[in-house]
Amino acid sequence: MRWLRDPLLVVEGLTMRFGGLVAVRDLAFSVGRGDITSLIGPNGAGKTTVFNCITGFYKPTSGLMVLSTDGPIQSQAVADLTASSRRFVCRDDKIGGGGLFLLERMPDFEITRRARVARTFQNIRLFVGMTVLENLVVAQHTALMHASGWSLVGLVGAQSYKQAEASAVDVARYWLDRIGLTHRADDAAGALPYGDQRRLEIARAMCTDPVLLCLDEPAAGLNPRESLALNELLRAIRDEHGTSILLIEHDMSVVMEISDHVIVLEYGIKISDGTPDSVKNDPRVIAAYLGVEDEEVAEAEAEVGL
Amino acid sequence: MSAGSQGGLPPAASQHSLTEIIKDAGLWALVTLGLCFPLIAFRTEQNLSLQTALEPRPLLVLLTVAVVFVGRLLWRLYAHPSRPRRVLFPPLDLSEHRRRYGPRIGLALLLLFPVLALAFAGQGGAIKWINNFGVQILIYIMLAWGLNIVVGLAGLLDLGYVAFYAVGAYTYAIIAAYVIPATVPMLGPWAFWICLPLAGILAAFWGMLLGFPVLRLRGDYLAIVTLAFGEIIRLVLINWVALTNGSAGIQTPYITFFGLPFTSRSGQTTFSETFGLSGSPTLHRAIFLYYVVLALALLVAFVTQRMRRLPVGRAWEALREDEIACRALGINTVNTKLTAFAMGAMFGGLAGCIFGASQSLVSPRSFEFMESATILAIVVLGGMGSLLGIAIAAVAIIGGIELLRELDWLKAVFGSGFDPTQYRMLIFGLAMVLMMVWRPRGLIAAREPSISLNEAKAISSAHVKEGHG
Ligand SMILES: Nc1ncnc2c1ncn2[C@@H]1O[C@H](COP(=O)(O)OP(=O)(O)OP(=O)(O)O)[C@@H](O)[C@H]1O
Ligand SMILES: [Mg+2]
Repeated sequence: MRWLRDPLLVVEGLTMRFGGLVAVRDLAFSVGRGDITSLIGPNGAGKTTVFNCITGFYKPTSGLMVLSTDGPIQSQAVADLTASSRRFVCRDDKIGGGGLFLLERMPDFEITRRARVARTFQNIRLFVGMTVLENLVVAQHTALMHASGWSLVGLVGAQSYKQAEASAVDVARYWLDRIGLTHRADDAAGALPYGDQRRLEIARAMCTDPVLLCLDEPAAGLNPRESLALNELLRAIRDEHGTSILLIEHDMSVVMEISDHVIVLEYGIKISDGTPDSVKNDPRVIAAYLGVEDEEVAEAEAEVGL
Repeated sequence: MSAGSQGGLPPAASQHSLTEIIKDAGLWALVTLGLCFPLIAFRTEQNLSLQTALEPRPLLVLLTVAVVFVGRLLWRLYAHPSRPRRVLFPPLDLSEHRRRYGPRIGLALLLLFPVLALAFAGQGGAIKWINNFGVQILIYIMLAWGLNIVVGLAGLLDLGYVAFYAVGAYTYAIIAAYVIPATVPMLGPWAFWICLPLAGILAAFWGMLLGFPVLRLRGDYLAIVTLAFGEIIRLVLINWVALTNGSAGIQTPYITFFGLPFTSRSGQTTFSETFGLSGSPTLHRAIFLYYVVLALALLVAFVTQRMRRLPVGRAWEALREDEIACRALGINTVNTKLTAFAMGAMFGGLAGCIFGASQSLVSPRSFEFMESATILAIVVLGGMGSLLGIAIAAVAIIGGIELLRELDWLKAVFGSGFDPTQYRMLIFGLAMVLMMVWRPRGLIAAREPSISLNEAKAISSAHVKEGHG
């Protein structure tokens, strides 16, 4: 139950409205530091919408999203920050330094840059006309921009920038090894087969050096062997890099196998939240997923005390 | 499926029945007939009482329809549909030695151009060649390279680029012709060198200013607003008579050799006197101007190539590929777009300043929409993003237009009233259509990666996106 003891991200009262449609309604959940947390639910349940709110692509209608890269979340600090007009507080004001962030106040690029949340997309979004290596180097934009002195230092060909670029290539090479694509480093990303593109997108997100990695259906369209390799990769990311993972996934075998924590959404409302085992046996989850007779729903609801 | 087994029938007919082919040809003939009515079936004729009368031309219509029918019939019968389409212009081979030596040979030619012009055209001819071809083309290359940053790298369609060219030219004109003589006439000979950085900075400033309102626009909307911006600048230049002297334009002083004028005014020592050179001062000025533009163009190329390897440059290209992914990687797309606009505009401003110094008059006529279209055409024809392709396209288009002026012998063929430059747009349009058929992504369509792990491979244009605002 790490998500209760030491949450990395706490979401409270998150509501996202599109005109008359309420895609997410009053959602509350936490993501444990160092956990793999799965967000599951039927099509149109609002999972991607939750991702878009966390990563700043949508401004939520209402709600609070607090992320701490600087130890456990202190309720006093959150209260102070919320009361102020600031978007975040950082220990040292350096970009990437530990701090407390109010994600709903921050623009998308700042969430990646400062709060260190990275994401992938349900429909892969690679820079298809750039090489695999370039994709991974672009992901290290923030660090390289610093090193290039906002282009002025880099323009004169300073050694410090060349070193920074070389170490960026080293990071890229490390991730290429991890996903087994080193031999294709100089090919266009668009020329890769689908499964490789999925993994490349994950590697690219990891190159931003995130504390929270949000993956939107990374196993979609993968064959069983690739899917197994993906599980390994996700575990390695959690164990070796200490990056927490928030995962949207439809494949229950993947979810049940690698998750520490599962959250179930239906019609934008949380219907279950707990360990994989507890969620698996939750009658409401079974009803939502399998679809059951009305009387069974009533029975099940009676069972859980509704 | 071998054709021989089908007896006497022509090869293509084996796949389709004869009646079907005749029907098809008949349809073509019918469509032609329909098209003929508005186009060639009647001829307007002025009769003796000066009234316009329609003269029907049934024979011509019949002939056209027959030609189309027979032509289509033969095409269907004898053209081999299965034969792979012949590639007329295979992609330029960017193999290792060509990639290495191509630019060097080009550079050598550029450096030697004035000498070659002198050798082949003599003193009088060389002035024309260096000014009309050398300087003109280099200015357009600079402009196209500048626009390439906005359109080719960042993928933002800008139809009002000429505005920044105008800002640069008018910066020179106003400061060199009005401000300096009125305040510190001492600096007069240095006007060009003072104005050059100012023109770049002012143009970059205007680039940012244009950037702000269009940040949220994409594709067609962006194109329309930038187009309007270009026109606004031109209209301001025409109507703000107090500053710009309206459509009459501003008389500008010529460029000097670091303070030494080429042609003497009010008894100053001139360039040729100082160095004891004989020959026409106009020629000296043309050659000097040529090398100044060349140096600046090379600087622009150098900066662009460096930028492509810097995070901003990579962010520009990433922006063209996928703006949303950029935002998910912590790239500030607003700043990225603004720097692209500013850099592109700055290069345009520099080119404008040189234009001002190479001309004796700067007027709004030089900054019409046609200029924006020409520059964009150079970028598109050259291959968006490729400096070499763009340079070749600039030579072809600008050089081609200038060459038309030289084709005086055509008058002997078509009569003395014939002016080849009038057909410029026609030829230009035809060339565009042909290019888009054969090489839709420009002369050099493949993209050079900005960094490589093992060996750099050019990326096929099939993958590279064109951007959409
Ligand atoms: N930008 C938007 N504008 C309007 N409606 C939207 C928008 N984005 C999402 N929605 C709606 O919100 C609801 C939830 O969509 P969402 O994409 O979050 O579902 P999901 O759980 O990710 O589904 P899937 O499993 O199919 O990906 C859907 O009804 C969708 O149509
Ligand atoms: Mg989704």
